[in-house]
Parts: sequence; C-alpha cells; structure tokens
Amino acid sequence: MRWGVITFPGSCDDHDVIDCLKTDLGQKVKVLWHKDELAGNFDCIVLPGGFSYGDYLRCGAMARFSPIMRGVMKFAQSGGLVLGVCNGFQILCESGLLPGALVRNTGLRFICQPVHLRVEETDAPFTSNLKKGQLLRMPVKHGEGCYYADAKTLESLRKNRQILLRYVDAKGKPTATANPNGSVENIAGICNQARNVFGLMPHPEDACSALLGSEDGAKLFMSIAAACAVRVSPHV
Amino acid sequence: MFEAASHQFIQPAVTPELVAAHGLSTDEYEKIIKALGREPNYTELGVFSVMWSEHCSYKSSRYYLKNLPTEGRHVLQGPGENAGVVDIGGGLAVAFKMESHNHPSFIEPYQGAATGVGGILRDIFTMGARPLASLDSLRFGAIDHPRTRYLLSGVVAGIGGYGNCIGVPTLGGECYFDECYNANILVNAFTLGLVKKNRIFTGIARGTGNPVIYVGSKTGRDGIHGATMASESFSEEKEQRRPTVQVGDPFTEKLLLEACLELMEKDFIIGIQDMGAAGLTSSSTEMAGRGGAGIELELSAVPLREKGMTPYEILLSESQERMLLVGRRGTESEIKKIFEKWDLDAVVIGEVTDDQQFRALWQKHEVARIPIRALTKDAPAYQRPATRPVYQEQVQQFDLAKLKEPGDLNAALKQLLGAPNIASKEWIYRQYDHYVRANTVIAPGADAAVIRIKGTHKGLALTVDGNSRYCYLDPYVGGVLAVAEAARNLACVGARPIGLTDCLNFGSPENPEVMWQFAQVIQGMRSACLALNVPVVSGNVSFYNETDSVPIYPTPTIGMVGLIEKIDRVVTPWFKASGDIVVLLGRTREELGGSEYLKWLHGVTRGTPPWIDLKMESAVQRCCTEAIEQEVLCSAHDVSDGGMAVALAECCIGGEKPLGVRIESREMIRGDALLFSESQSRIIVSLKEENLDKLREIAARHNVPMQAIGTVGGPRFIFEPLVQVSVEELKGIWSTGLTSRLK
Repeated sequence: MRWGVITFPGSCDDHDVIDCLKTDLGQKVKVLWHKDELAGNFDCIVLPGGFSYGDYLRCGAMARFSPIMRGVMKFAQSGGLVLGVCNGFQILCESGLLPGALVRNTGLRFICQPVHLRVEETDAPFTSNLKKGQLLRMPVKHGEGCYYADAKTLESLRKNRQILLRYVDAKGKPTATANPNGSVENIAGICNQARNVFGLMPHPEDACSALLGSEDGAKLFMSIAAACAVRVSPHV
Repeated sequence: MFEAASHQFIQPAVTPELVAAHGLSTDEYEKIIKALGREPNYTELGVFSVMWSEHCSYKSSRYYLKNLPTEGRHVLQGPGENAGVVDIGGGLAVAFKMESHNHPSFIEPYQGAATGVGGILRDIFTMGARPLASLDSLRFGAIDHPRTRYLLSGVVAGIGGYGNCIGVPTLGGECYFDECYNANILVNAFTLGLVKKNRIFTGIARGTGNPVIYVGSKTGRDGIHGATMASESFSEEKEQRRPTVQVGDPFTEKLLLEACLELMEKDFIIGIQDMGAAGLTSSSTEMAGRGGAGIELELSAVPLREKGMTPYEILLSESQERMLLVGRRGTESEIKKIFEKWDLDAVVIGEVTDDQQFRALWQKHEVARIPIRALTKDAPAYQRPATRPVYQEQVQQFDLAKLKEPGDLNAALKQLLGAPNIASKEWIYRQYDHYVRANTVIAPGADAAVIRIKGTHKGLALTVDGNSRYCYLDPYVGGVLAVAEAARNLACVGARPIGLTDCLNFGSPENPEVMWQFAQVIQGMRSACLALNVPVVSGNVSFYNETDSVPIYPTPTIGMVGLIEKIDRVVTPWFKASGDIVVLLGRTREELGGSEYLKWLHGVTRGTPPWIDLKMESAVQRCCTEAIEQEVLCSAHDVSDGGMAVALAECCIGGEKPLGVRIESREMIRGDALLFSESQSRIIVSLKEENLDKLREIAARHNVPMQAIGTVGGPRFIFEPLVQVSVEELKGIWSTGLTSRLK
C-alpha cells in the first residue's frame, strides 16, 4: 500500500496523517509538495486538513490551482483513491471532484469537539472494512464544515448511496443536537459516484491511538488499506 | 537631512516637547546625550524611546526580577532569551514562555489577542523548537459589564483564529472575571515547543561581515510605538489608539514557521530573533548586544508594504510575522532558496560589524549611530520607591463570625457552580483546535493539559494559573499560592514540575504602592519556587495596567510545565466508577478570606488568603504524583476556587457521564467553610477500595494527612448533612453558567 500525503502551504494536519499512517499503522507514506507534479505509484492520495493559503478566500479555493492538483484530478478520474479530510474535503469540493460545498458553521464559530459518526454505506473502499450502522468516534475542528448541496444534488447523493458518514448521537440517531455544524441531513462525509473519491470533515488521523481517546480513525485508514490490497491502482 | 527614494525626509528638530512625547524623562534624555556625546537626531530619539521603554528595558522590574531563582539542573536556557529551555532527557528539550498582549487586546480584541498568540509562537520557533501547545490566561471585567461580552468574544475568536490557522493546538488555560479588569483586560499567551537539545538557536549576532537577513512579511506603518503604548497607562483618549495595534496574518506565520524550522536543520545561521515589540530596532540591537558585536543596517533594502516610509518608521514598525537572522557568510543563496520555496521574502539588509555600534543607513547615508551598550546593558534601571498601601491593613480585616451562614447550602453550591469564574469554560475552548498535531492526551477542562511526546513514553503537563484576589489581599502570600497551585495542578495529572514562566501584570511602577505589590509578589514566588524546586526560565512583565490611576489587582500569571515519565499512567480529575472510594489529601480549615464564595455570594473581597505550609504543599504534591505513578488512583483533582464542594462537584460532572457521590466529612467547622473554604494543599482523589492501603502507605511516608470521605455512585451529590442535589441539575447549572450570561 503506497500512500501519498500532499502538503499545501497552510496544511496543518499533514504531519498528523503522515505520523499516524507510519507510526500507528505501519504504512508506507510519501510526502508530496503542492508545487510538484504528481509522479510515482500511489494507491491513495490524501489531502490533509489545515488552512491552505490561509483560507482567506473560500476554503480550498486557492489550493485547487496548485500544480499537483492536475495530477490528482487525473489520478481520481482514472479510478485512484483520493481522501480529503476537512480542508482536503473543501479542496475536493472546490475542484469539482465531489459535489456540494462546505460553508460557515451555522453557529458562526469555529468548533472543536469529539463527535459520533454512523457508517451509512460500506460498498466504497473507504468503509469496506466497516459495518453498516457502525458508530465511530473522532474529533471535528473547523469553522466551515457545514455541508450544503441543492435538492437535486442531494437526491442524487441519496440515490447513488454516496453519503458514507453522518453525524449521530451516542445512540446512533442523526439528531439536530448531534449535528455540530448544521450540515444538511447530518452529512459528515460523501464519496463521488465512482466511489473512489471521499471527503469528510472529521479527523481520523487524530483518533488512531487509545492514548488519544479513540482508535476509530485507524479503522477508516485500515479499510482503505484492505481495499487496496485487492484492487489495482492507476499509474500517473 | 537625506533623500528618500520617493520623497524628501527631513529629520525634525529634537525639541523638549518631542522628547516628552517619546516618553523619555529629562534625566533619561541627559543620559542619552552622555551616551552619544551629543544630542540625538530624530531617528535616534525614536530608537532610544522604544529600547528604553518599560516594555523592552524592564527598567523598573530588573532590580526585583533578580530575586527569582532561575537555575536548575535541567535548565539549558534561563531568562533573557526569546524563551527558556529545559532538558527533558533523551536528547530532547522544551522551550516555553508566556507573554502579555493586554493593551492591544483591550483596544482591538480580535487582532490584539491574535497577534499576542503570533508573537509568543515566534518566540518559541525562533529557538529552533516546533510549537506543540498553547495556553491562555485571560482576565476580563465583571461578567455584566457592558464591554465584557464584546471583549471576551473578540479575544477568544482572535486566539482561535490565529492558533487554529497556524496549526498549533490551544489546550485551554484559564479565564476569570472581576470588576478590577473592567478597563484593563489581561491576555497572557503561553506556548511550548519541542527542540533537539543540540539544535537550540538563540538571538545572537556574531562574526564580522556575516549577513543580517530580513525574512517574512513586508514592513508597514502598523504598530509604530506599540512598545511605548504598552508602557503607559490608559486614559479615556488612549482608547483611540487603534492604529498602533498590529494585524495578524497566521498564514504567513505558518509559512515562516515551516521555513525557519527547515532552515534550522541546516548549518546556515548563527542567530535568529523574532521582530516583536520595537521591531527591527530591538531584534538587531539585542542580537548584537548578546554577541558583543556591532550591526549595520541599510534600511532602503527593507521590503516595504507602503510607499514613503521614513527610516524612523522602518526602525520602529511592529508589523507582524517578521524575523531577523544572522547567516554564515557565503550561505545567503542557500538561505534564500528555502524561503523562496515557502514564497517568503529573504533579503540581506546589513551585516555584523566589530565596532559595537548600531548603525542605520538610508541609501548609504548614516541616519543613526548609537553604541549597542547604551541600548541594551546600559539602559536605565530604577529601584523605584515602594510603600505598603494604606488600605492593605483594612482589607485584611474580616470577622468570619459576623458573616451569616446561608440557610440553604444546596442553593449556595448551585450559585457557586454557576458563577462565571467556576462554571465550565467549554464555550471558550470549543473554539480552539485542541487536537492538531495529534498529541493531546488530556484536553482542556482538567487541572492541567497533557500531551504525549511522540517516539517516547513521556508526556508533558501544562498549566497556567493565578489568583489575583489573593494577591490583592496579601501580595506575598498571593505570589506563593500562585506558584503552589500551578505545581499542584501538575501533580494532579501525575507530572513533576520542571520549570515555570510568568507574566507579571501590574499597575504603574511609578506608583509606590504598585511597586510594593510587585516586590512582595516576587518574594512570594521566590519562596514557593525554592520550596517546590521549580526554576523560572522565562517571563514577561506588563506594567501600566491601570486606567485613570486605578490599577488592576496585582496579577502574576504562572505558566508551569511538568514532565511525565510514563504517559499511559496519567489520570483526569473526574470520577470513573461507582463504588470507588473518595479520599481527601490534606486538611480543611475555616479559610474563607478572599474566596470565590465570599465574593460571589456575599460580594466581599476581604480577609487574608489561605495559609500555606510549603513543606506540606510539597509533600501533598509528591504523594499524589507517586500514587498516580504507581497506578493507585483513578482520578485526582486540586481543591481551589469554590473549595471542596465545588471540587467534588466538578469530579462528578466534568467527565462524559455524570456520577454521583456520597460524602461524610468529620471536620468540626462551620458548614459554609467546610464546603467552600479554599484551604491550600488539598487534592481530592478517587480509587478502588483495594488500593486504599497502598495510598495510606504513600501518604504516611510523606507525612500527608488523608481521610476517606465518601464513595462514588448514585444519581445525587450528597455532602452529609449539608447538601443533597441531583448531579444532572448541577451539571446543567455548571455547563450553562457562562453561556447564559453572554446572551
């Protein structure tokens, strides 16, 4: 399994993803720089969280123009796995790899707290090792994590079963109080129609060790690793 | 007189009015003339005024600060550098410091607080350390003061806005409200970083001919005379000083942080310093001062944001996100390459000289020439008059017998738990990213925050603490208690203190009563540091926190760092399981003087702060740490503001699932004192019954009084025979105590 983690200017969680993949999960990781072209063999490219270009414009709006994103688009279109966490999710939406948008939290403030997530679908590589209805616990930390899509897009997300994760309460119910940012239908993570591009607001990389309070993030990463063991990744 | 590129710049004549406007006294001006052997020109006057400001020169505090113990076996760098550094073994060290940004935060809360965070972060990565955690100590006016909500929202958003964006976790801190801060809020920011012991960098200029390199943001007119502003008291019209507050750009600082740390892996630089207060002037002269060198700057090479800036403005600008470094000659292009990668300017603006002079040029014409010593070592230092305030005796008078005990102690506890100083601060720390860097073992809300050190079994515990009410009533005892409580916080998670940093926030040093408070607080801190064996490795003094001659309470804020040898053994303050035994380490006395109970329920700030025996304090702390290290305890929580009842309630409701408790205490003192007394050297712990003997053995060895006072379990908080309330209700009151008052 070959992971590539991109550092954009302003990426903050790149080190966290790299460390947890290497140290906690024993994975092979290549660190990628946003100014370079994407070159080499990868099974999964990760766009980490943070504040690319300071996010002074719309979150992720600048990073999509980074040179490396050309290769990432091509890799995704050829069926390669792409994972966007938080700011990475925002970049994937901005670049059109995922539908919808992430807007200001309804509470208007940055929020940082642990949340419960419910696995909604398991026929995407990212959740293939998990069970439908399984609960995961990991933190969210963002100012603009309110997922929004118009009715038509939502309809097609539902129809194609692209909603992979929802915010739920400790009992697994997608209630309003369990929704930290006002996301439509409590959506926490979605994939594209081809099911090879996945974006989520919560941070699995901060939940890969019992010492830090949860190992549920590792379950997501290991799901990806398991899926890659039996699939062929495109060469770019 | 000389020509600037785009306009004529004529140095204005130096008149007595101009000297006074620069905050320099007649004596100080005489001293300048003596140092130069002539009258200064306008630019030089500006340089002297910032370097001799209280903020940069510590002229009123140096005499007393000498009394603080700064040495210890593990101290690698004490006060005087950008940050203190302490060895934590295994080739690693931690750099940490705390700094105030009080005045700017009052004038413009978001940017004031944000740039405070930016400044302390630069102090840390300047040392070569990767910042791993920040904490903040905040003081606002009364919760119902009309400005408090605006200031609190702005400060918290500013701290979060900067820290979140740069990717350094903010692990909480403390926040208090008191009317003494109505017109002078306090924002003290603490950051800790991790550095390899053999890769520590300092702010030093050495080696004649080595290039002086400017990196980071361009220079603008923002913040000119910020250091001077921080060295004056507020009056009504000073609130108009918004333009002296700088604007933060955390994105640029993130690039600067990564670029500097990348550069520091190479062997290209001699020294590096952040351009903080007094900007280019202080960074260049302090670096030269430490290296015993001189420095020459060509100001026309400085990257500028605005046209037509004068040498005076360039030297005094406090634009953010800038660093000054001294490189090894011949490595300039390598250094530039690294900054180019991160899209940052890196420009050679001068060189190190051997004449011990600070020389500033504008297009090769000299505009300032001052001996470095005059700006650094020979800056004025005063032993200002100090007198005990006349009110001191009077405020200590307090007759507990005359205080009516509340009829309903259930109601009293509820009121106290909902008090803004005690209620949950989740509304604040929820706005801070406290997970980034994936090290957070104990998140905000506990006695101390805990992070792991990747690649080791060790951890670090961090806390900021201070009780200004105690310091007001008795500044010496207040100074002792501030240090003692910070260390106790660390003991409660199982850490041993390794060093402290402080922010000393006071009124005007020109007021003898304030100076007396300052001297007393320092003496108190000294006593506690010696008894608890904690060296002071860095710090900051903020005077002039007063408005219209009314000073704030003396407020020393202590930032303390503790080392944990086995990170998987730490405990949190919250009760874990029904059936666990609750034990009180230490002893409760009738000590309500200066307590939160007295203030919030009776509106009284009087009496003497609680008594402390530093030997007992040290013993209680060691007992707790040892019990945690031996895995005897399930939880440990310091008893402080609000006393035992509040501490016990927090143990019940602070965790994820509220748990009840039943307490039976045999102390024969009045009920409100038993519940709310703030007697020192007390820790509430919980443990499995089978471990009770082990704890007894440890306590006996340290000569610490311990008493099994109750059992965890049930839906109610019961303190026989005084209090009986449902924990769900207490949790509701505590959780909304702050937010309900901000609506």
